[in-house]
Amino acid sequence: MSVIFVLIGFSLIVAGGFLVAFLWAVRSGQYEDRHTPSIRILFEDHPPASKPTTVDHQP
Amino acid sequence: MIPLENTDNVTETTCFHCGDAVRESGVQHDGKSFCCAGCKVVYALLQENNLGQYYTLYSAPGRTSTFEHGDRFSYLSDPVVEQKLLDFTDGATSAVTFTIPQIHCSSCVWLLERLYIVDSGIVHARVDFLKKQLRIRFARSKTSLRRVVEILASLGYEPEITLASAAHPPTAHVQRTLYYRIGIAGFCFGNIMLLSFPEYLSTADIDQSLRYLFTTLSLFLSLPVILYSASDYFRSAFAGLRRRVITIDVPLAIGILILFLRSLYEILLLGEPGYLDSMSGLVLLLLLGRLFQAKTYDRLSFDRDYTSYFPLAVTTLTNGTETVVPVSGIRAGDRILLRNNEIAPADGILLRGNASLDYSFVTGESHPVGVGAGSMIYAGGRQVGSTIEVEVLREVSRSYLTQLWNDVPGNDRAIRSVSRIADATGKYFTFGVVAFAGLAALLWFPIDPSKAWNAVTAVLIVACPCAIALSIPFTFGMTLRIFGRNGLYLKNTSVVERLSHVDSIVFDKTGTLTHARRSSVEFQGSALTSAEESKILSLVRHSHHPLSRVLTCNLSGLPRRDVVNFVEQAGLGLQGYVDGEEIRLGTREFAHAENAAGPASQDDPEHSRVWVSIGGTCRGAFLFHNVYREGLDELVTALGHRYRLHLVSGDAPSERKALGSRFGQIVDLHFRHSPAEKRQFIQSLQERGRRVLMLGDGLNDAGALRQSDVGVAFTEDIASFSPACDAILESDAFRSLDDFLRLARESVSIVLASFAISLVYNAAGLSFAFRGELSPLIAAILMPLSSITVVAFTTFSVRALARKRGFR
Repeated sequence: MSVIFVLIGFSLIVAGGFLVAFLWAVRSGQYEDRHTPSIRILFEDHPPASKPTTVDHQP
Repeated sequence: MIPLENTDNVTETTCFHCGDAVRESGVQHDGKSFCCAGCKVVYALLQENNLGQYYTLYSAPGRTSTFEHGDRFSYLSDPVVEQKLLDFTDGATSAVTFTIPQIHCSSCVWLLERLYIVDSGIVHARVDFLKKQLRIRFARSKTSLRRVVEILASLGYEPEITLASAAHPPTAHVQRTLYYRIGIAGFCFGNIMLLSFPEYLSTADIDQSLRYLFTTLSLFLSLPVILYSASDYFRSAFAGLRRRVITIDVPLAIGILILFLRSLYEILLLGEPGYLDSMSGLVLLLLLGRLFQAKTYDRLSFDRDYTSYFPLAVTTLTNGTETVVPVSGIRAGDRILLRNNEIAPADGILLRGNASLDYSFVTGESHPVGVGAGSMIYAGGRQVGSTIEVEVLREVSRSYLTQLWNDVPGNDRAIRSVSRIADATGKYFTFGVVAFAGLAALLWFPIDPSKAWNAVTAVLIVACPCAIALSIPFTFGMTLRIFGRNGLYLKNTSVVERLSHVDSIVFDKTGTLTHARRSSVEFQGSALTSAEESKILSLVRHSHHPLSRVLTCNLSGLPRRDVVNFVEQAGLGLQGYVDGEEIRLGTREFAHAENAAGPASQDDPEHSRVWVSIGGTCRGAFLFHNVYREGLDELVTALGHRYRLHLVSGDAPSERKALGSRFGQIVDLHFRHSPAEKRQFIQSLQERGRRVLMLGDGLNDAGALRQSDVGVAFTEDIASFSPACDAILESDAFRSLDDFLRLARESVSIVLASFAISLVYNAAGLSFAFRGELSPLIAAILMPLSSITVVAFTTFSVRALARKRGFR
């Protein structure tokens, strides 16, 4: 039964890790703007190196 | 003189950058057409920096852009101004936050966050899309604030730099603290709950050493909850008691504290498990309620005053030289220049130029007013047309408009309690709980003094009004969200409660009951033939003046003809030749109508009018009437059943007859009220014990909006300016005003009903508590159960009622 001491210790450490992750996320401002990241993720990180092909615009 | 041909048949090419039509002045570059050199430069800039991908994101993404900055931003080099605008600076790098209303799509975000490519001095740029803000960090050695703003303006993203952006609002991190509290309470609650399960679930006795481990760990985990997460409740209860007010936080704080102390006693002295799981669960639920209540609308601002509207700097003219100075440095007697679309920051006298001032932000009146030299110009007016020269009469802080703001006695709304219902209940509740606890002590003391302590604490624990404390944030939070989805944005949840108490409604006329952008046209004078009307149409459709646009709308459908020698003189009118005949439209003098007789000749400032002369003879004038909003009659009738309605207008009573016959029975009409008198009118209603809702739009209603119990700003476009208020109503939702008010009243009834439910649970809990049999298990079941029932009941019933009213 004494293994439970170890297990509880581990579970607290894991849960504590998540708590720290959450606090870090709040601290870094991730909960302040929850809309723009959804736009940002759609951009290509590296624009094509060659001259970008532009789309023809219909007037 | 620009000859205008009928260009309707010509297929127009559009600018590759901004999508505007390309005229003769168009530029060709890289095989593409651009409407102006500015667009070409922006395109070249983007290509050069390998940002051409911008164009693949969105067709013609660039909006307005100009490259003629000149000295326009020179005031930004001023160290004092710079200091005011910067968020932070350490000498080497500086950070600044701009509000950029032009941010409208994903390519805006894309371009703005890649500014470092355009100017290597920009270290970091981050967009907050909903708030339309851009936060920039730049290296002072490589670039300057002025240069950053110039780059932004060149790209078509000119930041809004107003007096308000210079007064730094403290960056609010209230929400962050709440998240911290919730995170910690949640973590502790989850673990304490797990550690308590063996106690509740096992039938056999638990090993003593394990039990010791569980309770000790729980005790340690509960410390952050009581010391950090719940600290606000203790602070607020204590602050209330010091002011001799018993708020709902008092019984809450007592409940939490007793739970903790009794657990401490049982764990340390009796070796029993205690109620720590119930305590941390309770705190978590209460905090979640707060989070739900704290819903705000990021893109809206409820606290704007004139400072967020006035420019930070203005061009002054001293001995013939133009300098740009901060508005705060303007003194009476200074001469200032107002260019097209610039706002007069102070009252003054027009010295030179044709002033055509758009006071729509001030009065809600949409048509620009022509002003002659020597006349007064009031702060807040926006010059439309050519540059004018104005001599300042009063400093900015003492102008007619700003006085209005400063006159309103200090906003006591901040001190005003969050919820009257909560506080009233809190008071009775506390007395009730103390009475019951005393009763329990009296009953038990003669029988078994050791059990009396047990019973008294149990009563205090069970009676903890967490269900009541949760019912208000969830009910009103839900109502606030439903209102927001349907076009009424509330500043916070306490507005719901104040809406339900309203018994009088005061309307502003112009821009509120009438359409701000539409008007009907009537011609007075010798009747025009349709051929003449088509000539007028041919002329007005070339002008962007608001009145010309109304006329174009009204006359559309008639054949168009070619116009030659078209001239538009700002502030005066239009002229041109159609079929060899000279047509002049504009002011009385412009259209040679000084001697014109007839009904249209009498001047009343009520209606905008445009005089018409054809072939040198004056024919009469077009009169523009306000158009009342659709559904106004139904709304007034519906509201009239319950509320006293008042109309307060700054206009002369020329429409009294029309309005009187329309709803004279229901609405009490007041005309010629200055902004200060509007506020006094509301104050006088309040002194008679009335609770007033004010519905207005312009800055001239600002005093009244602040004075009223609930100030609702009315707006056609929620992104545009609205004065400080409690709520913002979109024009489309105007007709639903009655339904909004009903739902607000029903929400209060729902809160009261949920109180009844939670009292039932409390009664059940009390029966255990009185017998001294409140075990940790019963507490752990009963307390969350009552809270969850109440939360479910309130949110579902608000939704059901909203759906019944046809709300989304």
